[in-house]
Amino acid sequence: MFKYLFAKNEDIPAGSAAVFFGFSSIVWFVVGTAMGSFNAAKLAFPDFVTGSEILSFGHMRQVHVLAVILGWISMAFAMAMMYITPALGNTKLWSEKLGVWNCFLWNVGLSLGLFLLWLGVTSGREYSDLPWPIDIVVIIGLLVPLGINVWMTIKTRRVQGIYTTNWFFAAATFMVVIVFTVGNAPEFFQLTGLTEAYLTWWFAHNVLGLWITPVAAAIAYYVVPKVTGNPLYSHRIGHLHFWSVVVFYSTPAAHHLMSAPLPEWLKSFASVEGVLILVPAIAFVSNLLLTMTGKWRMFVENIEIKFTITGVMMAIPLNMQGGFQQTRAINWYVHGTGWMVAHAHLALLGFSTFLEAAAVYYGLQTLLRRKLYSLGLANFHFWMLLIGFTTYWVSMTIAGLIQGAGKIYEVPYIDVVIAEHPYMIARWVGGTMVFLGNCVWLYNMWMTARAGTVIPAGRLPHELAYER
Amino acid sequence: MAFREYKVGARMFGLAFGSSMFITLYMPAVDIASVSATTTAMERQLAFGRVGGFSYEDPFLRGHGKPVTVDIVLDPKTGAAIEPTRAYVYTPEIPFPNGVRHPRILGELPSELSVSKGRMTDADEAQGAVFVVRETTREGISVPYIENVTATRGWTPEATLARADDKNRAFIGKGKIMFVREGCWWCHTMLPEQTQDWQYFGAPPMLGDFNGESPTAFGSDRKGPDLTHVGSRNSSREWMMLHFFNPRLVQPHSIMPRYDYMWGDVDADGRPIDYDAWRAAYDEYEAGNTIYPPEVPVPAVDSEARALIDFIINLK
Ligand code: HEC
Ligand code: HEM
Repeated sequence: MFKYLFAKNEDIPAGSAAVFFGFSSIVWFVVGTAMGSFNAAKLAFPDFVTGSEILSFGHMRQVHVLAVILGWISMAFAMAMMYITPALGNTKLWSEKLGVWNCFLWNVGLSLGLFLLWLGVTSGREYSDLPWPIDIVVIIGLLVPLGINVWMTIKTRRVQGIYTTNWFFAAATFMVVIVFTVGNAPEFFQLTGLTEAYLTWWFAHNVLGLWITPVAAAIAYYVVPKVTGNPLYSHRIGHLHFWSVVVFYSTPAAHHLMSAPLPEWLKSFASVEGVLILVPAIAFVSNLLLTMTGKWRMFVENIEIKFTITGVMMAIPLNMQGGFQQTRAINWYVHGTGWMVAHAHLALLGFSTFLEAAAVYYGLQTLLRRKLYSLGLANFHFWMLLIGFTTYWVSMTIAGLIQGAGKIYEVPYIDVVIAEHPYMIARWVGGTMVFLGNCVWLYNMWMTARAGTVIPAGRLPHELAYER
Repeated sequence: MAFREYKVGARMFGLAFGSSMFITLYMPAVDIASVSATTTAMERQLAFGRVGGFSYEDPFLRGHGKPVTVDIVLDPKTGAAIEPTRAYVYTPEIPFPNGVRHPRILGELPSELSVSKGRMTDADEAQGAVFVVRETTREGISVPYIENVTATRGWTPEATLARADDKNRAFIGKGKIMFVREGCWWCHTMLPEQTQDWQYFGAPPMLGDFNGESPTAFGSDRKGPDLTHVGSRNSSREWMMLHFFNPRLVQPHSIMPRYDYMWGDVDADGRPIDYDAWRAAYDEYEAGNTIYPPEVPVPAVDSEARALIDFIINLK
């Protein structure tokens, strides 16, 4: 990689940036889930590794969260954008060199930011925990160059129309820059009080709604038609999805603060808009499941489709939870409990991660022109993720319901802690399975790059999956 | 942009996204900005200082550049007896909180009173200042304001500090930094909910309770009790000390981490703390081999643990 940083743009092989991003994202996935598993162990066994400031729960939790969001998920997004955008425009990435630098800065900037965060250098704001100088690095070094590359690639495309995936990529790379800039304004400009609290959640909500969710969906819009060979079921529904994301998903930020003393109109408005998120959700899920028509055997046979469709199906419970848990009628019961932790993992570890994993599997095979080293290990990875995640989700949902009951019946807090203990252990076991699965994945992809069967020109990787 | 549709689409996008930002940013900002600070908001920001997270004066969150809160009963200038008063001492170069720097944050009436009656804006960071929170009535309603007592009564920071012995000094600002840095707010909320929680955790906050404070650190996730009013439930320093050193000393089932490392190297009497010996003795106790746990050292005045306890006890 380093030799390409100072090479001429023309001398860098097409797809290099995407490959670097792909491998970086897997490494961050392993690191991030290792931390998750470590934190979970601490919540189950509080005296596990004790007496050290930087290894205490309060220092590690935010590092886990940002490592998986900015390291794994966002770098997998960058990888996907860097091979899908040109592929859909029948062109090359606008600047491979910018892409390579982007990847380099991303790794360096994120490592620096997380290291500082780990030491305790934090802004004290959930999800925007990074101190503001690092936020500036994230905006200028990570997000803006990515956006420029995507936009310019779309601009220099050699086809007439722009496919659904690329609308989402273009819109999301633009919106995420706005979200980061505005969301961190309280740190840049010392905004205080409820404005600060509200903007913290405005940021958190919009990073999920205008970056993670639409980009993950956009990836699925590419992978499913490409691998199955079926055309997208409906571009109209794609339109509905796109526009309803922009309109409905960008507005309910205040539903994260339903019990805070924010203006009542704001909370009511957010809550209504939050239910309307079901519109893009249903559009997305139905569009993709209908695209599968006639190709459902691939759900069993093909690893990318297996990941993608599992992720798409997880969007159903995800959005059902999301739409309703933020109404006043339900929020008072589940707010601030493990239920929310389960929901957050359903969104990020369930829905989103499964879609990105498919994109990384597919992209790396295509770019390296090598067949997956071992389909068996890939299936093992899939099941470790699915079973591990399900264990996590079920145990934290139960823990959350216990906490909710404890909350409304005003049970002495310590009894709630005792009742939750078995579920904390179950969560740790489930999360550790995810981590171990990822280690296997890293090995599998590394071996693919080293020893995978070369894919002959003119063939697609998934066509060869069962050929020996 | 080959198609006319894309031009239309781009404009539609601008309109849709723009209106969404107007409704979710501009309108709430205007609404929230019209709220006046309450007494709580003034007390909080004066005790916490400028920022509770990363800042120039304290990039590594060690608690530098924070005010000291004192409770006094003698006038620092004259020595005459006064009503018990809580004063916030900003020695020279300690950055003032946001409400003092930008009075507008306090809301219309409080900021006008703080400036005219309290002479708040006469305070100068380079010289230091002492502030107190006062209340007065305007048209039958009581309105809080900040008084710069250095200007109004000549209480200098040094003289005010000198009137308070160790027991009457609280390092609340430094404690808030510890609270943020150690991530207590990942497990404890600072926001009793409006729908329930009243009996157990106390009243939820008011709209104006936070003007000037940053970050608010509400927390989103409860693995332990809400702490907004914890000092009213339990004001025992002794209990807090044991509990922070090792929560399992007072609550065997707690999942709260140990914060013994915040005691630093020496205890209140300057004796070095031997953590290895303490942990070994505690393991013996936990295994049932000894009847009493080892003694917990009293934290030194300048330790992080002391500041944290001050902060927690003062969450009334
Ligand atoms: C891993 C989660 C966790 C973290 C991190 C944590 N706590 Fe706790 N805390 C708990 C739990 C659980 C309880 C209830 C059991 C008990 O009393 O120990 C508790 C109880 C408390 C209590 C007693 C509350 C009451 O109502 O009596 C205080 C005070 C407290 N914690 C302060 C802190 C402070 C200050 C920090 C940061 C330095 C902190 N906690 C970090 C989980 C945590
Ligand atoms: C890609 C995978 C993952 C993503 C994207 C992810 C994301 C997140 C997010 C967003 C949170 C904050 C949740 C909230 O505030 O409600 C969180 C917390 C947490 N995660 Fe993960 N996570 C992932 C994998 C894991 C794994 C494998 C584990 C292992 C057990 C794990 C353990 C935890 C723990 C213990 C917390 C703290 C929860 C709490 O404070 O109660 N995570 N994670």
